Amino acid sequence: MLSESSTPSRAFRMARYKRAWFLVPLAVYLLVMFGYPLYYSIVISFQHLNQITVIRGHAPFNGVVNYIAAWSGSGIWHIVANTIEFTVLSIIFQFVIGLLLALLFNRKFPANGFLRALILVPWLIPQLVSGTIFKWMFDSTDGIINEALLGLHIIHHPISWLLHPQSALIVIIITNIWIGIPFNMVLIYSGLKDVPQELYEAAQIDGAGKWKSFLHITVPSVRTVFAIVLMLGLIYTLKVFDIVMTLTGGGPENATQLLSTWSYTLSFTNFDFGQGAAIANGLIVIALCFTAVYLWFNKRALD
Amino acid sequence: MSTNRRAFGQMGYLAVAIVCVAILIFPLYWTVVSSLKTQMQLFSSHPSIIPQTPQWGIYANVFLQQWPHLITSLIVAFGSLILALLISVPAAYALAQFRTKAVPVFLLVLLIVQMIPGISLANALFIIFHKVHLLNNYFGLMLADTTYAVPFSVLILRAFMMSIPKELIEAAKVDGTGDTGAFIRVVLPIIKPALVTASLFSFLFTWSDFLFAVTMTTSTRIEPVTVAIYQYIGTYGSNWNQLMAFAVIASIPAAIFLIVSQRYITAGISSTGLKG
Repeated sequence: MLSESSTPSRAFRMARYKRAWFLVPLAVYLLVMFGYPLYYSIVISFQHLNQITVIRGHAPFNGVVNYIAAWSGSGIWHIVANTIEFTVLSIIFQFVIGLLLALLFNRKFPANGFLRALILVPWLIPQLVSGTIFKWMFDSTDGIINEALLGLHIIHHPISWLLHPQSALIVIIITNIWIGIPFNMVLIYSGLKDVPQELYEAAQIDGAGKWKSFLHITVPSVRTVFAIVLMLGLIYTLKVFDIVMTLTGGGPENATQLLSTWSYTLSFTNFDFGQGAAIANGLIVIALCFTAVYLWFNKRALD
Repeated sequence: MSTNRRAFGQMGYLAVAIVCVAILIFPLYWTVVSSLKTQMQLFSSHPSIIPQTPQWGIYANVFLQQWPHLITSLIVAFGSLILALLISVPAAYALAQFRTKAVPVFLLVLLIVQMIPGISLANALFIIFHKVHLLNNYFGLMLADTTYAVPFSVLILRAFMMSIPKELIEAAKVDGTGDTGAFIRVVLPIIKPALVTASLFSFLFTWSDFLFAVTMTTSTRIEPVTVAIYQYIGTYGSNWNQLMAFAVIASIPAAIFLIVSQRYITAGISSTGLKG
């Protein structure tokens, strides 16, 4: 009796051990490539790390000096303001244009699929390439934007877009909007496709117009999708790095520095890895806050 | 009457859609046009919208100059793709089929690590890689680039594997092959489309990567395409025709990707809600 019951349970336990092996590579990978670097990022943010101490391999502990140095002064608040302006404007325009395109492509018309595929291209090419393309289009002497504006007599002298603080940030925002439209459109489009068609038919019978059906059927049904798209947009906009590097490198005079490029500049240009990590860790905290909100909206992500 | 009006309406939508798409992809069109112009044509104050005398020689020049960077990017992209698949395929199977408490924990961790800005990782990885001699190293760069691909691949492969009927897998297990046998004989052949999607995305993530390429290398020994373009802007800033030809060449994988698998891309975005 006893032996009979113990055999299956042993086989069961064996099977469970074997099963665990499927997850071991991923577990090790996550610990080595994410867990340890994140822990280490906290460690170095409390160290005095420069070129010399990196090479020696032993950096002195210096408490919260990096955090105070990195997060105080008017310079950093200027960069935070840039990051907020960049993020908010990027997201608003990406979302609104993405939504309008999704509504358009939700209609039936010829070549719908083909045209939708073309819209994806800006999202698929390397962001560094996109940055390069926009750098050329906004070139002060021969760029198509200046040529077009001059030709239309909107401006009378070519504008040095990337040399003025405010216009440089605007060019970066425009580039980022262009990159983000496909992502917003595809997610909203698939959200629209999930709205039950019967709802619209019922509304039509009740005599509701197009605007009313949009407001009372479409918006409530895709509210969660909207929230998810906006939260993901926030998180991804925080990561933007490549296009700033090609378009301006953070200049002129840090006018287009974002938290991401500033962390890079501190670590890899000034070789102050401690301060770079202090900014990088701040970025992680911000990203995690948005992730928490994202999870609150999208509980399905953990099913 | 009403079908006529509907057809007319459809044409109206089509017209609006064509205008929108034309505006959106104009920068790409302009890139191709500029890459085929001579320097003189580029500097003309009335630039022509179509290239009159396409300069295909520019492409030959750029290719001859830059092919080592293309090879470097190919090596790194394929390497990180293989590493990512080796880790993510078995893990995705486990997370789709097993019912343990570990599953939601793994999913949460995967989701969180995807949200972490790359620069935050690069900072610490640089010091760590310096200590273990993985800077300026192919394997090091591949490993750093897998941080884009692994979380994404696990999630997309898992989403696909969830749809495999349990009975199919149970039947294979009854044959006495266990999880490993069921995995190899039943699951792998079924998930081919998902494998294609995960591979294409992984490849593209690494091919497009600039952040790790520029931070995990300190010499010119390993210089992927993105870094080469970045350097090119600094050195030959006004050779816009060559730079645009280089941009077109660097975008070829994306174009191939789109042609091969548009439906995979859309599936990839909407089933995991993630971009690079």
